[in-house]
Amino acid sequence: MAQENVEFPITGKITSVNVKEGSKVAEGDTLCMLESMKMENPILAPVAGTVAKIELSVGQVAEVGDQVAIIEY
Amino acid sequence: MSGFFELGFLNLTWGSIVMLIIGGALLYLGIAKKMEPLLLVPIGFGIILVNLPLGGLMATIVQGNVTEAYVVGGEPAGVVSRIFAYGLAWEIIPVFIFLGLGAMTDFGPLIANPKTLILGAGAQFGVYFAFFIALLLGFSIAEACSIGIIGGADGPTTIYLTNRLAPNFIGATAVAAYTYMALVPIIQPPVIKLLTTKKERAIYMKPQMRAVSKREKIFFPIAAATIIILLVPKSAPLIGMFMFGNLLKESGVTDRLADTAANAFMNVLTILLGLCVGCFMSADSFLNADSLMVFGLGVVAFASSTAFGVSLAKLMNLFSKEKINPMIGAAGVSAVPMSARVVQRMGQEANPRNFLLMHAMGPNVAGVIGTATAAGIFLGMVG
Repeated sequence: MAQENVEFPITGKITSVNVKEGSKVAEGDTLCMLESMKMENPILAPVAGTVAKIELSVGQVAEVGDQVAIIEY
Repeated sequence: MSGFFELGFLNLTWGSIVMLIIGGALLYLGIAKKMEPLLLVPIGFGIILVNLPLGGLMATIVQGNVTEAYVVGGEPAGVVSRIFAYGLAWEIIPVFIFLGLGAMTDFGPLIANPKTLILGAGAQFGVYFAFFIALLLGFSIAEACSIGIIGGADGPTTIYLTNRLAPNFIGATAVAAYTYMALVPIIQPPVIKLLTTKKERAIYMKPQMRAVSKREKIFFPIAAATIIILLVPKSAPLIGMFMFGNLLKESGVTDRLADTAANAFMNVLTILLGLCVGCFMSADSFLNADSLMVFGLGVVAFASSTAFGVSLAKLMNLFSKEKINPMIGAAGVSAVPMSARVVQRMGQEANPRNFLLMHAMGPNVAGVIGTATAAGIFLGMVG
């Protein structure tokens, strides 16, 4: 089973986490919302699969390159 | 006694009723649809105020007679016409708005990827394209300049230039510029889709851009102001204030000034500007063929700026190894951050891995520089 490590493409504050570990996601589903540059940006799933790991909390500040989630497919 | 008979509704004309409806529509877009509320609410309410008869907000004295609408060259006698004359016609408000914009702008993405400066400049071809179309349709050179600049999607620059070159058009061009800025998410996507394939829209760009040092960020506004003003001297008021505001932000020692410029001062100016532009739109000065043409040509200007930006990005891809997503060219119009956001959304739609926001911010802020410079070129040509 392949894994994809999803990383934050931009620095910002997490405003919502939309999936949990074990959630099934389709390509393009929203994993979490990130507020950056006064805008709400969705972080999307790059592949369809199952969320194997997601450790985010609302209000947390994420840097570029930090892990969003691991998706198994 | 005569004051007793001065009931406003006896003096309502069809024109003012139409304008009241337009004012109401702008309020609706601003409040209910949350489109550019900071601009559309003051403008919309200004339109309503000025089109209620006999209020005298924009009263001007011309050869001893008091007029209801603003007359360019007359002596202002109403509360808003005074602000208009000494704030806008004297070119204070739009120029200081650029100070605030500078204090809000992060040139980091542009410095990290200077190539995007070309895209910001490329989108300005749309300005010249609309300029020529306006000339062909019989507008004077000065008027055509003011119409073309709408394509830059930059409100203060549009107002600044129109005031200099075609003061009677100021209501029409300002409202066109601000309305189209609010309509960026509707105008740009079809143009972008027309010019790109799905594969091109899905081109992936690495999120990580090189880190930009504090020193570079301080040096940039000083160097940019010097070079641009040496090249296009007439851009000095706009570019000078823009870069000054940015230096306040980046210097690290003037945070208090930067904070005021970007927030409190900017808000004061926005209130005054919005109200003035709205109050300029009385039925007499707005409901005529010229104003409606300005509105129509504004869309042409805007759409062609988008098209030129995208085409230039595609052209750059022919010559470079590392492909850029051509959509970021569309962010070369200076509607910050609206057009960068459109590109971001369309990029994610085409490829969920893509996150083009920061890549699009480069051409986006370059577009502001480009439009202000284009205005300087027009002023050097005509002014």
